[in-house]
Amino acid sequence: MNHLPLITKREYLNKVKNKSFIIMTFVSPLIMIGLGLLIGFLTNINKNKERIIDIVDESGFAKEIFSDTTSSTKYRILNNIDLAQARIDVEEQEHYGLLYIPKVDSVSQLGESVKFFSKDTPSLTLIADLESKISKRLTDINYKNKGFDIEKIREARIRIDINQESYTGEKSSKLSGGLKLAFGMASGYLLFMFIIIYGNMIMRSIIEEKTSRVIEVIISSVKPMQLMLGKIFGTSLAGVTQFVIWVLLLTILSVVLSSVFGVNMSEMQSPQQEMVQEAMKNGDMQEKISLVLNEIHNLPLVNLIVMFLLFFIGGFLLYSSLYAAIGAAVDNETDTQQFMMPIMVPLILAVYVGGFTVLEDPHGMVAQVFSFIPFTSPVVMLMRIPFGVPMWQQIVSVVLLFATFIGTVWFAAKIYRVGILMYGKKPSYKEIYKWLKY
Amino acid sequence: MDNLLVAENIVKKYGDYTALNNVSLSVPRGSIYGLLGPNGAGKTSFIRIINQITMPDNGTVTFDGSPLEQNHVKDIGYLPEERGLYKSMKVGEQVLYLAQLKGLTKTEAKERLKYWFDRLEIGDWWNKKVQELSKGMAQKVQFVVTVLHQPKLLIFDEPFSGFDPINANLIKDEILKLREDGATVIFSTHRMESVEELCDHIALLDKSNKILDGKLIDIKKQFKSNTFEVGVSTDNEGALLSVLEDKFSVASASFKSIHDDVKVRIQIDPSSTPNELLSFLTNQGQVNHFTEVIPSASDIFIQSVQNN
Repeated sequence: MNHLPLITKREYLNKVKNKSFIIMTFVSPLIMIGLGLLIGFLTNINKNKERIIDIVDESGFAKEIFSDTTSSTKYRILNNIDLAQARIDVEEQEHYGLLYIPKVDSVSQLGESVKFFSKDTPSLTLIADLESKISKRLTDINYKNKGFDIEKIREARIRIDINQESYTGEKSSKLSGGLKLAFGMASGYLLFMFIIIYGNMIMRSIIEEKTSRVIEVIISSVKPMQLMLGKIFGTSLAGVTQFVIWVLLLTILSVVLSSVFGVNMSEMQSPQQEMVQEAMKNGDMQEKISLVLNEIHNLPLVNLIVMFLLFFIGGFLLYSSLYAAIGAAVDNETDTQQFMMPIMVPLILAVYVGGFTVLEDPHGMVAQVFSFIPFTSPVVMLMRIPFGVPMWQQIVSVVLLFATFIGTVWFAAKIYRVGILMYGKKPSYKEIYKWLKY
Repeated sequence: MDNLLVAENIVKKYGDYTALNNVSLSVPRGSIYGLLGPNGAGKTSFIRIINQITMPDNGTVTFDGSPLEQNHVKDIGYLPEERGLYKSMKVGEQVLYLAQLKGLTKTEAKERLKYWFDRLEIGDWWNKKVQELSKGMAQKVQFVVTVLHQPKLLIFDEPFSGFDPINANLIKDEILKLREDGATVIFSTHRMESVEELCDHIALLDKSNKILDGKLIDIKKQFKSNTFEVGVSTDNEGALLSVLEDKFSVASASFKSIHDDVKVRIQIDPSSTPNELLSFLTNQGQVNHFTEVIPSASDIFIQSVQNN
């Protein structure tokens, strides 16, 4: 008798009707948005704190450099005071710091003689800001002194955007590079999160079946393998449901919030987004949008979606069967710790290897190897695919993944079969190895 | 005799440990079959093999004339010693689910469920979650789960634990009624008084081996020791006792009596008959009490296990 659909259905309904599941589904996006807003708010507070920087200027350039008064940092040029006295005064007044520009013969000597005094180590952005300000103004002054026309120099500057094209004629650009990276990283992380959240859920539901002792009744009716697969499928479906609701809610909420409060969600952005924006700096809005759409259109979309589904399903099933085995082996959640290591290590490795090596070179040796190892391939390959992976590599990797999945299910089922009837004792690796031979 | 279940030469090993060593049992159709034995004797291992939870390493099980297979699951109802239901699931939903796993359709299951819920007076629990029920209440639900699909073979592992005497009686009557309706019952317990009360056949497992099986009445005959409890009233108790001790092996006895008797247990030689003892006694005084000592299931259990 095939009870798989029945078990899957019960597992699914039991999960989605669970109160805490429902609360998590609807409250998590709110919490995430709230946290985002809070972080944005906090960084703003930090930024908006007025800083006063006093300047002792012996060179006479300061007036020109610090004419801009719009920023939250106020610059005050101190007159008729020597450096020693200024240092004492500024410290007493608890101003942020003191900038000292010494008297020099020519502008070019200022390069290394400007000093900044402060109580604490000043923030990196502040120093960088000061440096760029001074450097920019001094360069302009320098040009003028040497008889160049600044306007002409600006006109003469040429921006360059290299148009990239592969031998097969596939065009790409920095923008598409950014998009590809964003897509790859997003799907890789998504899978990672999915495995951790719902793998744990499967594990807990098996432990619950064990501790409530219902297991013996169930497996006198169905084969352990069916029960295990039913649990994995049911929980996965519940997970997909939750994920879809999250994505929908997050999208709706961020649209609503940004239109109501004028908060720009994209201010909280990742390096990939910055790359995309960097590449889009030129051109008006209309042009930008069509550019992005065009680039998205140029991605191998069908390949991406099909492989995303395959690797997502394969990767999740692979790991969830291991979670199921752990759940069957132990009596309570605290005992799971020792068995989590072998799961977490390849998973985290996949995310880090993916994050670093794919960013560096999507077709490098390390990235290629890790996109074949079944325990890391789902994450790493998903990150690589947008950059164009030969079809044979994708197919080999998928086949390896599913073959390994069958192996882990067999392995997990063996442990499951014995483990679900073992109570009261925390098993060791050695014992679990013995179970495989029962 | 017609057997519903025949297990032959069952061997089950867990690693180096042998849980069942060549055990053969035959459970007659329509019997209440007591599966007895000390803790760790192999009862649960055996029951799990019948339920196809685990497979034997060796040996065959025949159920209702054909080799045991997955399809037989629907003909077997199992109440495990470790009771359990999904705690956060509603009673009705849960029983329906478990019944469907046993091969009933949803409509069939609903109808029968009504019958049983009325019978055990648990109808208003339908929408309660199991975690809201008391232990005894949950046990009743679990009993319904076990019998709902009208299995040919019922396996009860300590069915009365957790019940108060009233409910234990109720369940006992239900078990007897199920047997009347044609079910065969395997009954595993440590409570010897319920074995006496219910079982007509028993098997005794100890240290992974079957050491005894058969009809309870035959086993009792086999274990009888030709001992009689007698109460005799006489003027000269000392004389009576010394005469008896000369002739038989005598031990003191205690039983309720309204007479001022000499109370003793007398074991006679297997070659002599109870009548000979009785006529000897009537010559010594007034015989007010004369009963054969029948070995209890408990005596048989202890004696067999200790000798094994």
